[in-house]
Amino acid sequence: MDDILRAVEQEYLKERDAFRPGDIVRIHERISEGAKERIQVFEGIVLKRSGGSTREMVIVRKISSGIGVEKTYPIHSPKIEKIELVKERGARQSRPYYLRDLRKIR
Amino acid sequence: MARRLLGKKIGMAQVFVDDRAVGATVIETRPCTVVQIKTKDKDGYDALQLGYGEVKETKVSRPLAGHFKKAGVAPHRHLFEIRVDNVDAYKIGDAIGVGIFAEGEEVDVSGLSRGLGFQGVVKRYNFSGGPASHGSKFHRRPGSIGCHVEPGRVIKGKKMPGHMGNRRVTVRGLRVLKVDAERNLLILKGSTPGARGSLLELGKRHG
Repeated sequence: MDDILRAVEQEYLKERDAFRPGDIVRIHERISEGAKERIQVFEGIVLKRSGGSTREMVIVRKISSGIGVEKTYPIHSPKIEKIELVKERGARQSRPYYLRDLRKIR
Repeated sequence: MARRLLGKKIGMAQVFVDDRAVGATVIETRPCTVVQIKTKDKDGYDALQLGYGEVKETKVSRPLAGHFKKAGVAPHRHLFEIRVDNVDAYKIGDAIGVGIFAEGEEVDVSGLSRGLGFQGVVKRYNFSGGPASHGSKFHRRPGSIGCHVEPGRVIKGKKMPGHMGNRRVTVRGLRVLKVDAERNLLILKGSTPGARGSLLELGKRHG
């Protein structure tokens, strides 16, 4: 990718705490309902980070009332207030999809 | 006020605007130099002749080299003219840069589209083509191109295979997301014609 393009996108990147696949993170997402704005928090285990620069995405999985839920977020979106690293857990795989098949997550 | 400039397409990037991700084109617009001022008395109309882009002196033809020498400016790769309200406000050697554009305004962008060579009718004109299988022998063919004895010819302008791309295309009303005077960059929302590195003409929209 061109140096100039990289520099242009650089300005739009947010400072995020470092986290890896397998870690447990808490995503604070700004949600606007009409005129009201609130922050929704989604805490789960990172299944995958993909893409680069402004296009970087993360898939987070959690068990919500007995059902597995996965959400995909653009890491550098201005709508993401912050990404908190709750627990550094890591995984041997870069995409620990096997976690989906585990009975007990956490 | 100058309304037009030339630029080089650097490529596309993804940026966030109003919390949304949008595709954006990054264009490098080095300042243009005023090479000649045309006046009503002398040339019959008022205009500025601008030069854009560096070029080695040895690459310029002698008549053009003389033209640049007379103006006392370095040779430029491209020359073009723009109309301005008041030519007296400019003098030869002045530089006109990205500063003429403002964030939020709309511009028209023209350039040579990417050359795609000889293409069939499906790619060139979005014909739907035929079925791929189930015994079909009619895949990407254009189908019938006319009638019968009457009129006994193919009507003019019939869409047929041929050369695609490499022609002048104008995209109108692209919003300026950012003007970076320091790096001579212009960031527009959406895509522009042409390959990376190709020359683009940028114009302010009237009204």
